[in-house]
Amino acid sequence: MTLTDIASAGGGGGSAAVEDAPAGRLQRIARVQALQIVLLLAITVAVFAILRPNTFLTPFNIRGMVQNTSIYIVLGVGMTFVIITGGIDLSIGSVLVFSGVVADKVMASYGGQGWDTVLVGTVVACASGLAWGLLNGVLVAKAKVPPLIVTLGSLSAALGFAQILTKGLDLRDAPRTLVDKVGFGNIVGQVPTLAVIAGVVAIGGIILLHRTRFGLHTYAIGSNAEAGRRVGLKVDRHLIKIYALAGLLAGFAGILNLGFFQSTTIGGQSNTALNVIAGVAIGGTSLFGGVGSVFGTVIGLFIPIVLQNGFIQINVQPFWQQVVVGAVLVTVVYVDQLRRAAAVGGRKHRLPFLSQRGRGTREETA
Amino acid sequence: MTPVLEAKGISKLYGHVEALTGANFDVNAGEVVALIGDNGAGKSTLVRILSGTEPATSGQMLFDGKPVVLTSPVDARALGIETVFQDLALAAHLSPVQNMYLGREVMRKGLAGLLGFMDTPSMRKGSRDAFEKLGATVRNLNGPVGAMSGGQRQGIAVARAAAWAQKVVFLDEPTAALGVVQTKNVLELVRRVSDEGIAVVFISHSMPHVMEVADRIQVMWRGRRVATYRKEDTSMEQLVAAMTGAVSQVAA
Repeated sequence: MTLTDIASAGGGGGSAAVEDAPAGRLQRIARVQALQIVLLLAITVAVFAILRPNTFLTPFNIRGMVQNTSIYIVLGVGMTFVIITGGIDLSIGSVLVFSGVVADKVMASYGGQGWDTVLVGTVVACASGLAWGLLNGVLVAKAKVPPLIVTLGSLSAALGFAQILTKGLDLRDAPRTLVDKVGFGNIVGQVPTLAVIAGVVAIGGIILLHRTRFGLHTYAIGSNAEAGRRVGLKVDRHLIKIYALAGLLAGFAGILNLGFFQSTTIGGQSNTALNVIAGVAIGGTSLFGGVGSVFGTVIGLFIPIVLQNGFIQINVQPFWQQVVVGAVLVTVVYVDQLRRAAAVGGRKHRLPFLSQRGRGTREETA
Repeated sequence: MTPVLEAKGISKLYGHVEALTGANFDVNAGEVVALIGDNGAGKSTLVRILSGTEPATSGQMLFDGKPVVLTSPVDARALGIETVFQDLALAAHLSPVQNMYLGREVMRKGLAGLLGFMDTPSMRKGSRDAFEKLGATVRNLNGPVGAMSGGQRQGIAVARAAAWAQKVVFLDEPTAALGVVQTKNVLELVRRVSDEGIAVVFISHSMPHVMEVADRIQVMWRGRRVATYRKEDTSMEQLVAAMTGAVSQVAA
């Protein structure tokens, strides 16, 4: 799948490979926006590469940046699905910690340092995450509590349980195989295992979102849940699945996190959900639902990491990264909204200076 | 001839408010029936009941002469009854093809289908055929319907209902908020749907549209049908008189 393929698939949902008409306005926008984000990332990388030619684009540094983004990508895939439905999941950082804690405890009592222990830990972490995700999903879909509140609640509760289980002290008995082979290992040469795992999750997410009925229904529910209900979509059940998926991936990220930091990082994940949401939004997924792509999320998550790494290298205080990311986030979403308002919401909030009459899809063609 | 859909003595209470008081209704296959009446006469309530969206408080529905009970729009669809609601109920971010097949996706054969992969080419073809057959103007099968004109969106919504309906299509104010040209297209669309042998029931406030396209006109007033006219036998004056309660037929 080429880059533009993926980017174009991000617009109206699973658009087919065969286009028999020019892509619609929204798809063009999505494509342009995905390209814009890729361009922004490319420029950022280029600037740092020019400023620090000997250290920035080295395999070692690239490897570090990719590794730092990998866990966020696993989380970002789930978050993209949730946000496309018009929801939000603030709990993923806490669910990650909770799953890591439970997995750590189970692995410690199972004993051993080998792959079997890692496998047990992975299953336990995924199951823990899935359980939280299901709880979130049921409360959102069935109890009709707003997702912001539900996941704010589980953000607090999951972290609380993690602290109860550990009495607030980080656990550090991740098996050696997990740390050496997964957290810091390479699959081949300088390609980190974490990056490959993140890549597989991202590609799986792209296929699921843009090529399957599950993905199409995700867009449909975010676009117009009532329309979905009227044509017989099981909207509630689908929402539960979406939150369950986000929880499952947060649980999976928990075991990866354990391998990477060799610790359950209880106090270190309070901003995780917000950072991931920022990446998703920068990547062009609309917080109003109905629009988005996993590919955009991946790019959107790389931007903060590249900025941070670059600022350190050029001796700018790394705290500037937070300022720049904040500004990028707001700018990207603002520009995006202007254009979307001009395209989809055209009949209501059309911005006259952005609309072009006579370009195909408007009134006069009917 | 047995009506394809018939309602007898339908009543609907919202608390103490009687929205329908023993309303009768009938429509035959291949016929266009206009349902008219002043605001609050019960037209939309009747359509919601007949399309399974709301239950009736009392009364009977007959489908092809046999009694039926509809508990949801899904029940109605299983019988071949489709409804285009006033707010269209299309997903604005999805393409015409995706909207056309939403909830009825054609899956690929074999394992790919079981894994959730859709047969997009065949859905595209099906949509194109349906739009062409009805003459709905859909220039771009891939763009989001939210970016299309009101007329195109209405065309897609009507074509979707017509494509899936085997028996009856309900249209709630299909020409509201449309321009002159789009209105003409939608009315032509209505005619073509009924030419397929499908019963079309449409609610409208516009007398000229009603006179243009309907075979029969059923007038509602204060929660029940007060008159039924064949188009040839009536006039706008008579319809307005019935709508305001000045005229009624005993056997309505």
